[in-house]
Amino acid sequence: MIFLNQTIQGVLLGGYYALIACGLSFMFGVMGVINLAHGSLAVLAAYALFVLADRFGVQPFLGLCLVAPAMALVGWALQRLVLERSARGGLLVPVLSTFGLSIVIDNLLFQGFGADTRSLAPYIGDFSYDSWTLSDEIAIGKLAALTLAVAIALLGGIETFLNRTQIGRAIRATAEDPDTVGLIGVNARRVNAIAAAIALATVAVAGAFLGMRATFDPYAGAAQLIFAFEASVIGGAGSLWGTLAGGIVLGVAQSLGALVNPQGFFIAGHFTFLAVLFARLFFGDLGQRVRTALTGRKRS
Amino acid sequence: MSARTAPAVERWTPESRIAIVAAAVIVAGLAIGPGIFSANAVDKLTTLFIYVILALMWNALVGFCGLVSIGQQAFFGLGAYAAIRLANWGVGVYPSLFLGALIVGALAWPLSILMLRLKGGEFAIGMWVVSELMHLLVNLDTLVRGETGTSLIELNAYASGTRRALTYWCALVAMTGLLAIVFALLRSPLGAAIQAIRDSEEAAESVGVRVMSAKRLVFTLAAFGAAMAGALWVATALTFQPQAYFSPLWTAYMIFMALVGGLGTFEGSILGAVIFFAIEAWFGAMGVWYLVGLGATALIFALLFPRGIWGWVEDRTSLRLLPIGYRLRLAGGARAKDAGADRNEAGG
Repeated sequence: MIFLNQTIQGVLLGGYYALIACGLSFMFGVMGVINLAHGSLAVLAAYALFVLADRFGVQPFLGLCLVAPAMALVGWALQRLVLERSARGGLLVPVLSTFGLSIVIDNLLFQGFGADTRSLAPYIGDFSYDSWTLSDEIAIGKLAALTLAVAIALLGGIETFLNRTQIGRAIRATAEDPDTVGLIGVNARRVNAIAAAIALATVAVAGAFLGMRATFDPYAGAAQLIFAFEASVIGGAGSLWGTLAGGIVLGVAQSLGALVNPQGFFIAGHFTFLAVLFARLFFGDLGQRVRTALTGRKRS
Repeated sequence: MSARTAPAVERWTPESRIAIVAAAVIVAGLAIGPGIFSANAVDKLTTLFIYVILALMWNALVGFCGLVSIGQQAFFGLGAYAAIRLANWGVGVYPSLFLGALIVGALAWPLSILMLRLKGGEFAIGMWVVSELMHLLVNLDTLVRGETGTSLIELNAYASGTRRALTYWCALVAMTGLLAIVFALLRSPLGAAIQAIRDSEEAAESVGVRVMSAKRLVFTLAAFGAAMAGALWVATALTFQPQAYFSPLWTAYMIFMALVGGLGTFEGSILGAVIFFAIEAWFGAMGVWYLVGLGATALIFALLFPRGIWGWVEDRTSLRLLPIGYRLRLAGGARAKDAGADRNEAGG
């Protein structure tokens, strides 16, 4: 029974990982950029929501209506000022520049807010700990369920957006070949900035749930980046539904690992990541195979 | 065409001959350091030697082989841990610094098969995951006592003056040895192959470079060097707290030194380490703002001056102190830009 409970909690936790991985996966899969400041930006969004709630009494869900557009602007600026220029310097430069940026963000947050851990949980009332009780040993947290639902909605929404809308198709085409899209009247710079803005808006949502489900501190970004990265690699880099699966696999692995050893939570997650890499050595990309089998077509 | 006006391919120049002799004199001078310098200066120089090792190893990995890693602290931490573990088992404390680094280097070889499957940014963060995992696994050893950490108590067998001098000499030997190894490696045909991989993996492969084995060699060497630095660091700091050794801040320092000094330049590693050492001495006490400044400097250099200070010097002058490439000297003494190390030497 405890095994079943841990699995259920792991799936719910996976919802959070999918949510935090969404923006990273989107940027990497569609734009081909790995943003090492991803985790730090999620923590920045969480602090923005904290300030709104603490100083101005704005409830975090409402605050998100302000912070998500603000983060979208940050995404726009990030693309124009950092990523665009870095990409011209080759494949390595974006990694270095975004890592430098993450150090700046982390330490500025530390300068502004100190080492105290914060949480958004006090500002959402009993929603942070309310749960549906299924049996004596199994309870499903309402916040955790909402996190999973939001992750599914967000990933599904982006997938639909990329496939069904004009601008979504332009984003994919630009990633494919920025020079050629220019010939058919697409402004590649503008499209990339929009894509980065969307990615950062999802980072704001992830930051909100990070703050509501647990505590965070100025240096919490590194761990969020690593979880997001693991979820996206386990799921098969670049696939949004794969990211959901990857998040859930990571969450379940961690929850079950915690049964073995107190440190097993993180160790199991990292081992799962390496095991997936190892499996790829022999079987190729598993996520790709599953998708091909399910849909009968290969995603471009 | 007479021989006198024909262009000549050369490697050594008068400046670089002077530089290599000067380098030898400096190393010889440093070797007698503990007999002359104050205790404080000896400690400071030991730290500087370790920074040079870190900058050199990260530059070898990134600047010459094109493998950006955010996880080199994995090997730094493991090197320190291996030294403590071996010393605890009764190996002599100074031999265990070197032996531990060798063991970590040997572990990096099989790890490279797995990690080098990842490309670009994925490799960078993948290495960070490895570092987190190593951190957690080291914490499982009861000797370390979790985040509380432990210390290299076996060093207490030496009087503090002897210990300071021995650690200094170990650091000097390790630094000089690694500089010589990297210098020789980069000047060899294999070094040309490694730099060709950085410029274009496909092109390198097409002219017969064994891409994977060359990458694995550099990965392993960089791991060994970082482990050596970690072992030396624990010998100077004495205490080992896993959190401090497995911190990505070490990678931030390495990036700073390599980027500011000059990514892909040999002299740049040394220059970057000296600059970082000076900045830390002046601004280190500022704490958080110091780190903000380091991050911002790395960001600005990555965006605006990706070849760093020494790269700037090389691009504008014909100065090569420790040449790893070849250059073409045209008739009349005018020198063309380096043809060798920079580009297209892969076939040689």
